[in-house]
Amino acid sequence: MNKKILTTPITDEDLKNIRIGDIIYLNGTLVTCRDVAHRRVVEGGIPLPIDLKGKAIFHAGPIVRETEDKKYEIVSIGPTTSMRMEKFEKQFIEKTGVKLIIGKGGMGKRTEEGCKTYKALHLVFPAGNAVYAATKVERIKDVYWTDLGMPESLWVCEVKEFGPLIVSIDAEGNNLFEQNKAEFNRKKEEQYEYISKQVGFIK
Amino acid sequence: MMDKKQQKEKMIELMSNFISLVSYKLPDDVESKLRELSEEESNQLAKTIYKTMFENQKIAYKLKRPSCQDTGVLQFFVKCGEDFPLIGQLESILRESTYKATKETPLRHNSVETFDEFNTGKNIGSGTPSIFWEVVEGSDKAEIYTYMAGGGCTLPGVATVLMPSEGYEGVVKFVLDRMTSYGINACPPLLVGVGIGTSVETAALNSKLALMRPVGSRNENENAAKLEKLLEDGINAIGLGPQGLKGSKSVMGVNVVNSARHPSTIGVAVNTGCWSHRRGKITFDRNLNYEIHTHKGVKL
Repeated sequence: MNKKILTTPITDEDLKNIRIGDIIYLNGTLVTCRDVAHRRVVEGGIPLPIDLKGKAIFHAGPIVRETEDKKYEIVSIGPTTSMRMEKFEKQFIEKTGVKLIIGKGGMGKRTEEGCKTYKALHLVFPAGNAVYAATKVERIKDVYWTDLGMPESLWVCEVKEFGPLIVSIDAEGNNLFEQNKAEFNRKKEEQYEYISKQVGFIK
Repeated sequence: MMDKKQQKEKMIELMSNFISLVSYKLPDDVESKLRELSEEESNQLAKTIYKTMFENQKIAYKLKRPSCQDTGVLQFFVKCGEDFPLIGQLESILRESTYKATKETPLRHNSVETFDEFNTGKNIGSGTPSIFWEVVEGSDKAEIYTYMAGGGCTLPGVATVLMPSEGYEGVVKFVLDRMTSYGINACPPLLVGVGIGTSVETAALNSKLALMRPVGSRNENENAAKLEKLLEDGINAIGLGPQGLKGSKSVMGVNVVNSARHPSTIGVAVNTGCWSHRRGKITFDRNLNYEIHTHKGVKL
């Protein structure tokens, strides 16, 4: 199977045949963007200092080292729980024109709507693999909003074959985690019935 | 013979190195369990994820970099002998070791002062790292668990107090519900810690102590061990898979730690450890000779 690689700037057309469960890789610009940055853009109405149109954001808080020549180097970078950004993501997509939202775990209804309406994807980078991910970052081009501290700053990264990225919400609004959840919950009920019959320790 | 100041410096040096080690190398029990789970896995997507995980751990160890970027708020569980020479200095030693390891490894800055809402930039703050004590009579050793839990696997943490009429059936429901709601996003395969006690704080502490117990160990109480096995098999049957993206299994294990309860209450708590369960155990004797129990063959 060929590696499916998306390169920024990404267009609506690029996302047309991508479905939930697919694995893709990213070339181009990836900007870390998480809790407070989302809040600033959506609630505070503060414009981002970087144009995200056609680009990708990463729900991530990296460990960054300052090198001797006053440049930055990513030591470890990995996704954080995307669901924390659920409250803001739809409006964030609308306001910024961002095409890929990369994070960890699923996102909800509003993000589904956002992905469908404005043509975007939510993808999962297997979390906890932060050194592996760091080796796919070629360089840090810029950093903004450093007042938020190391994890929450906007680190603008140039990445090469960044992945594996698993599509969790596609541009049609299909949601892999929601589909899985229905199955998980059904199995959970079965297990509860089975286990609860065997733990009557209070007699 | 070292004086107290030199002893303190030596222990800070050793503990700082130990914290770094825990950030880039998983304990032996976790490593071998992950290996076992990946070998049993049949789902193709899950296999790809396991492959990425092993590759990551290999590079992290080689480059001596934190294998996960979220190196948590450091927690220490200390069993300190009453005659351990640095017993009075231990809190400041652990605090300074955390700061030193943060600068040198480097670890992420994860201490945000609440209400003032600013990151101290040092990874230490009011009450962080958190240190939990047990003092042992007639011992001159210090046994220390170091634990790095990221935000992701801290988030499912939950405690409640059940009525006895809800019984252990209520405990089962409480644990299972948490797995399919928050557990999915907490980086499975998880190590699940279940604490049973009287109230929220006793249950909560037990649930975290449960995560210090090795993967594959069993509670000494027969009924508690039975509950561990039932929950482990049950959660596995749900098939969360690595990253909650489906797979053959869901957990590395379920550990229960229990204490006595008030007749009118059952306190229960759940804590989860992610697949990257960065726990280390080290014991110092009175001369600061050390033994590392969780990472065999590693020198500091």
